Amino acid sequence: MKNFLKIFSLIILFSSISLSTQAAEKVEYLKTDWSFKGLFGKFDRASLQRGYQVYTEVCSSCHSMKYLSYRNLAEKGGPEFSEAEAKAIAASYEVKDGPNADGEMFTRPGKLSDKFVMPYDNVQAAQAANGGAYPPDMSVLVKARGGGVDYIYSLLQGYEDPPAGVTLDDGVYYNKYMYGNKIKMANQLSDGLVEYSDGTRATVEQMSKDVTTFLMWSAEPHLESRHQMGFKAILYLIILTILVYFSMKKIWSRVETEI
Amino acid sequence: MSDHEYTPKSKFGKWFNDRLPLLTLANHLTDYPTPKNLNYWWTFGGILTFCLITQIVTGLVLAMHYIAHADMAFDSVEHIMRDVNYGWLIRYIHANGASMFFLAVYIHIFRSLFYGSYKAPREIIWIIGIIIYLLMMAAAFLGYVLPWGQMSFWGATVITNLFSAIPLVGEGIVTWLWGGYSVDNPTLTRFFTLHYLIPFLILGLVVLHIWALHVPGNNNPVGIDIKKPSKDTVPFHPYIVIKDGFALLMFMIVFAFFVFYTPNILGHADNYIEANPLVTPAHIVPEWYLLPFYAILRSVPDKLLGVIAMLSAILILAALPWLDSSKIRSAVFRPLYKQFYWILVADVLILGYVGAMPAEGLYLLVARVATAYYFLHFLVILPVLGWKEKTLPIPLSITEPILGGSPNLATAKNKESLNN
Amino acid sequence: MSEKKTNRRDFLFTATYAVGAVGVGATIWPMIDQMNPDASVKALASTEVDVSAVSPGKTITVLWRGKPVFIRRRTQDEIAEARSVKLGDLKHPEKDEDRAKDPEWLVMLGVCTHLGCVPLDQKGEYNGWFCPCHGSHYDISGRIRKGPAPTNMEIPKYEFVNANTIKIG
Repeated sequence: MKNFLKIFSLIILFSSISLSTQAAEKVEYLKTDWSFKGLFGKFDRASLQRGYQVYTEVCSSCHSMKYLSYRNLAEKGGPEFSEAEAKAIAASYEVKDGPNADGEMFTRPGKLSDKFVMPYDNVQAAQAANGGAYPPDMSVLVKARGGGVDYIYSLLQGYEDPPAGVTLDDGVYYNKYMYGNKIKMANQLSDGLVEYSDGTRATVEQMSKDVTTFLMWSAEPHLESRHQMGFKAILYLIILTILVYFSMKKIWSRVETEI
Repeated sequence: MSDHEYTPKSKFGKWFNDRLPLLTLANHLTDYPTPKNLNYWWTFGGILTFCLITQIVTGLVLAMHYIAHADMAFDSVEHIMRDVNYGWLIRYIHANGASMFFLAVYIHIFRSLFYGSYKAPREIIWIIGIIIYLLMMAAAFLGYVLPWGQMSFWGATVITNLFSAIPLVGEGIVTWLWGGYSVDNPTLTRFFTLHYLIPFLILGLVVLHIWALHVPGNNNPVGIDIKKPSKDTVPFHPYIVIKDGFALLMFMIVFAFFVFYTPNILGHADNYIEANPLVTPAHIVPEWYLLPFYAILRSVPDKLLGVIAMLSAILILAALPWLDSSKIRSAVFRPLYKQFYWILVADVLILGYVGAMPAEGLYLLVARVATAYYFLHFLVILPVLGWKEKTLPIPLSITEPILGGSPNLATAKNKESLNN
Repeated sequence: MSEKKTNRRDFLFTATYAVGAVGVGATIWPMIDQMNPDASVKALASTEVDVSAVSPGKTITVLWRGKPVFIRRRTQDEIAEARSVKLGDLKHPEKDEDRAKDPEWLVMLGVCTHLGCVPLDQKGEYNGWFCPCHGSHYDISGRIRKGPAPTNMEIPKYEFVNANTIKIG
């Protein structure tokens, strides 16, 4: 048993080393409390809904979210808009469909099964409209950046005047959390930019947090069920391990060996 | 295989068994005499079997939803993560399962190194094991390409380009591997096919691995040959089954923690960006389990020699039964080897660490020293140690570790005649 | 295990087996459920069809959930024929009134109930549909009259969104 604990702690040690080597690359990001972290972490519904508002009113003019569908907005574990609300949101978009019987493409109001409408038809159009820089698709953006939510949250608030000696080209901005500090997206958020219907004050910090929460959900839409299932699974495994341990003791008591 | 003839009790069982001796096989497996002093390091064989089956089952499921096409692979993975029922769970088990598989295989290999399990008469088991390990690396690499993210694409580019180091035919081989002039759709589809194939090759080799094991029987922490069955052994079922089961459950707790709470920690963020042949990620690293070999590759300044060094680092293991000249198996009775063993462990961990760091300055220097030491260990230290080292007395049997302990190697060798 | 020492020991093993079996079951379920229709497939459950161009006596075929749906605008003769059939003559008795809410429009899953082939329009002995695979004859209400098919062709859930548009599903 002693031997076993040694192995077990070795595995834990290994895991923590692997975690810390990743941490070693991290910059000091701005900190905030994320409701979805931890063993029982869940999304803050109101924050998700506000985050969706920030996305549609601010980000969506350049950034696509091609893996999300309008139906996702009403799904469990997400912003949980009511089905009627999600339908109304979908219907407020013009979706290209077709070809119809005459062989022509046409537009119609969006349905729940439609994917989020993209701001540009393709990558080239997006680049042409943004001075050569492609505004990345945001569906899995949180998972595609080393610092995850903390990075996005900090980046949105990280705009500063460039320090002396740094010169910026036209259309390039200084951001202290950006890799290389130069970013082609201008500062988008300012206090009171959106008007939250639930009365929350739309500070830059609040909007950053809300939209980042929304992006976390879009990257991990099953996070809540993952946490719930994980807790049950690990609890179950512990119970079974204890049972097996005592069964093992019983069985091995027939031979005189320490186990 | 079995020492005694087995006859099924039921009439049908006997009829069936005379035609296909499956029941004899099952009986052999349950009765298989196992040294009773096996410690928990020996449970990783069972854990690895679990890992292989988990990977095959989850992999089959993922293949039902995955689309091996350069334009659709990334989307189909997101489709699995979002829409397929339990798709996220199955994919996270598969992705983290690869890491857990390698974690277990490294423990398994280092257990072998410590207790001298590769020595006669178990050389074939060991060599099959090395082949399995090589195939695992191939499967892991091919599998990592399938999501078609940035790391997939550039990992595939870098690893396939290793073959270009071969003089004269290198470039031709790389083009042949790609099926084009760069990593592209033909590469992806063939990688998918091979990724699907290799686990079944591994499965076949695992059967051979276990078969070869059941001929001489298990090594054990004391490293002596034991008579079987005897009071030194216990039947595999239920003793070893329940013990392996217990260890497996502990392993699964760690596994579950990764899957449910930090499913992406062992992966790389860049792989959530769709492959882009125009932009290389700033910092290319392989998965953690390949890092030591990556460090060896980078520590050699010459392209061809670097590839050779990396391959030799793995293939040298196959020659280990003949490089290690000591007749004593277990490091418990080899005080000097024990110290060198732990230095090797540290050396490999250091290689892994510098493999993850940029190849420059101090890191590069450390990588070079560690690489040199790695080869020194196998090519110089082990052969020399065999005849220089003064080993400790070896017990005659597991149950009587002190009584009849032999003071030197000569008596230890004679113990078989004593036992008889 | 043959010698029964104490009840506690037996209980321990039984409990271990039982708990283990629950875990195996819980692990197998996701592997099975993943083959069920996924969320994106379920979301595509309904289709809207413009039927303004369909003249009496014509059938159009549209795709719904990967299967053909026949939409037939029946003539007065056909309606009369469909409604005059006695229930006793039918293998699978169903009134035409129940199958076509608006007698002019028959909306029906174009899948033979025998083994899933698509029957041919205006063929067979009953002026309805005929399945070429194994020779099932359907009448103008899509009811099975002759051949191996056990039941009438299925009527999907549908509604008229407006005079020209049918929503199936």
